[in-house]
Amino acid sequence: MQENKEFSLLIGGKAGDGIDRAGLMLARILNRLGYRIYILRDYPSLIRGGHTFSLIRASKNSISAHCDKIDFLLALNQETVNLHKHRLKDKCFFIYDSSQINLDISKECGIGIPLESILKQENLPSIMRNSILLGAFCKVVSLDFNILEEVLKKEIKYELELNLKAAKNGYELVKEVIKLEDLKQEPLPILTGNEAIGLGLIKAGLKSYIAYPMTPSSGLLHFLAEVSGDFSIKVIHPENEISVILLALGFSYTGERSAVGTSGGGFCLMTESLSLAGMAELPVVIVLGQRTGPSTGLPTYTAQADLLFALNAGHGEFVRLIVAPGDIQEAYLWAGISLNLAWKYQIPAIILSDKTLSEGVYSFDYKITDKIKEEKPLMWDKKTSYKRYLDTESGVSFLEFVPSKEAVIKVNSYEHDEFGITTEDPEITTNMVNKRLRKGLYLLKDIESYNPINIFGDKKSPVALICWGSNKGVVSEVASELGLRAVQPVVLSPFPVDYFKAALEGVKKTIVIECNATSQLSRLLNSCGFRIDQNILKYNGRPFSLEELKELLKKVI
Amino acid sequence: MDIKDLGTYAVNTWCLGCGNFAILNTIKSVLKNLKEDGIPLENIVLVSGIGCHAKIVDYINLNSFYSIHGRVVPVAEAIKISKPDLKVIGFAGDGDAYGEGLEHLIFAAKRNIDITMIIHNNRVYGLTTGQYTPTSPLGFKGRSTPYGVKEFPLNPLDVMLSSGATFIARGFSLNLELLKRIFKEAILHKGFSIVDVLQVCVTFYNMYDYYNKRVYELKDHNSRDYNQALNKIREWDYNQDNKIPLGIFYKKDMPTYEENFKFEYLDEKDREEKIKNILNKFI
Repeated sequence: MQENKEFSLLIGGKAGDGIDRAGLMLARILNRLGYRIYILRDYPSLIRGGHTFSLIRASKNSISAHCDKIDFLLALNQETVNLHKHRLKDKCFFIYDSSQINLDISKECGIGIPLESILKQENLPSIMRNSILLGAFCKVVSLDFNILEEVLKKEIKYELELNLKAAKNGYELVKEVIKLEDLKQEPLPILTGNEAIGLGLIKAGLKSYIAYPMTPSSGLLHFLAEVSGDFSIKVIHPENEISVILLALGFSYTGERSAVGTSGGGFCLMTESLSLAGMAELPVVIVLGQRTGPSTGLPTYTAQADLLFALNAGHGEFVRLIVAPGDIQEAYLWAGISLNLAWKYQIPAIILSDKTLSEGVYSFDYKITDKIKEEKPLMWDKKTSYKRYLDTESGVSFLEFVPSKEAVIKVNSYEHDEFGITTEDPEITTNMVNKRLRKGLYLLKDIESYNPINIFGDKKSPVALICWGSNKGVVSEVASELGLRAVQPVVLSPFPVDYFKAALEGVKKTIVIECNATSQLSRLLNSCGFRIDQNILKYNGRPFSLEELKELLKKVI
Repeated sequence: MDIKDLGTYAVNTWCLGCGNFAILNTIKSVLKNLKEDGIPLENIVLVSGIGCHAKIVDYINLNSFYSIHGRVVPVAEAIKISKPDLKVIGFAGDGDAYGEGLEHLIFAAKRNIDITMIIHNNRVYGLTTGQYTPTSPLGFKGRSTPYGVKEFPLNPLDVMLSSGATFIARGFSLNLELLKRIFKEAILHKGFSIVDVLQVCVTFYNMYDYYNKRVYELKDHNSRDYNQALNKIREWDYNQDNKIPLGIFYKKDMPTYEENFKFEYLDEKDREEKIKNILNKFI
């Protein structure tokens, strides 16, 4: 532990042991001491059994990456010990269920808790083993029981008294060993990337959210369904993803801001109507949470392998906005910006997330929430007769919504004239294609005001680490430590080429870091005229850790 | 109002004698009628798919969403959920609604959402020049099945009944009076309505004589009786040369899907406040 101001914990057990919840409660406890949190959640695609763990990193500074090495291991079963004992640092704390774990670790840090006998003695259900462990952890790090009690009261909806009893048992069974420093920082909300995306969409005026369940985006569906009453949002789970996006386009036609969420397989089904959105100029936001493919792949693990798919999905040529937020703040902000820009330009917008960001848990700087407002789109001024596809300088036509006493509003998937009637006329076709594509030029200009490229680390370093999406956290931290430049394009379509060029000024060597096997960002950058010297790629479903990326970089620099 | 005001400048490209004309003229006269009954025409939205049928929205000067093949239903559903005061009429072909988009149709019936689906059922793909559809009879020789279709047709109304549709009817493009009555009643029915219209593709599958010999109007039929509806719906299975009943088979009053959504306007300040509350819970 670096002077107690930064450390990592791992809690692990079987799926169904409540590991996820326990990890979140540990994070909330540390939050109360002013630590900033990042949790990597790792779980298999099943309901019961299998190995599940949460790797929690706590730091004085804002973080969004994990470390391999850990200071605390909380183990509910033998498998957790076997799989993770290599992570333990020399000085560490290991709290475990001594009723089923045989300790074969030479370290003297083990603190065994006989969970089974406590359950029996206190007549507690086995799901409460993690509450006992939490109690023991709090005592080991010399925390007041009140902090744990407060967190349990906030988090636990059922059997609170029993859980408190379980926690108290664990707390009283062990001794204080070390003291965690209270950083005296304000506690922050701790939430998932999915939840931040949901809040950003809501702030920008979301009225309906439609999705078919699919990891890693189901969390967004569940969250919005929970809060739908508070915000008067329609949350609908229809028969399939084809219906999902068409419902969104129907809502869009009536002037209702809507978004959809899915992962690669579901997005495949949506591409037919993505093209419809492009042709009919119907705004929609698509939250695309990537996971390991192709096909079913590793459903609960991460990847960044759908960038080129998102860039090219849908037949025909049309303008799309694609953004890849890198952390929780950006998830909130770019969700809001995407919804506003989709409506401003009447285009589809894709928020490219991944399992790491969507399901990762982060401290969220709530002070940024009012940076997003619902921006009104260009509405019809009623001065001339209404034409849904009026050809204007920017290509953006005035909007009017049904029912309108003065206007007939026709949208069309066929090529159409300004009024929306089908045409096959060559001249009108050329004009309408130009009209739609012209919106992209104005969008690109607009994007420049939103900081589409981030630069971190030593901004003058001749070595640039280029990353996108959830790798922002690990790459920016490593870049700062090694004195390198980190460049993260947030907007990937339309690609802000000039901005990117400026970000690379003085760079002699470019290294692209991505979670895919064929370096998709490099291919995008190549197509924009940028030379890439090295690629560091990872494609086993797991994100880079800080130690791992540092080692890999040492080999190529 | 003059029915001519319902037209557009689009040039009609249906074949001479196409059954779609009957549907277009009938729906126009029903729309005129609805307006006279006090339903403002701006409160009507037409949705179509892709196929010969779909051109109908180009020919009617009303709000419309010209969707894609098989995808009429979800668009119509969203418009209704968003603005429950609107009347949403979906037009689809048999390939469109019973083939490419059957799942949507079944789920819309299951939800009993208050939209009206009018199916231009000519039992052949016209615009793609003559292939079999889900309702073509066994042995039908189309361009993709030159040696005859090897599968039985679907009875779409049977599917609709078991899916939960609360208004099920069949019309025929040569019986305009009946068609008009059915259309109007279907549009006014509160719940999911499906009207299967036997219309004829004169170019690829001319069934005028066949239908004229077999169709009859339902009489002494209690459309509120499920079993009677089932029997009449099964009288003709779109394959055997039985008599073909026309009219309203089934009608039922049930709560509708769109009623479940209540919308309350929140301004920027309300939203900000509520977001802060949620974030507090996450601390």
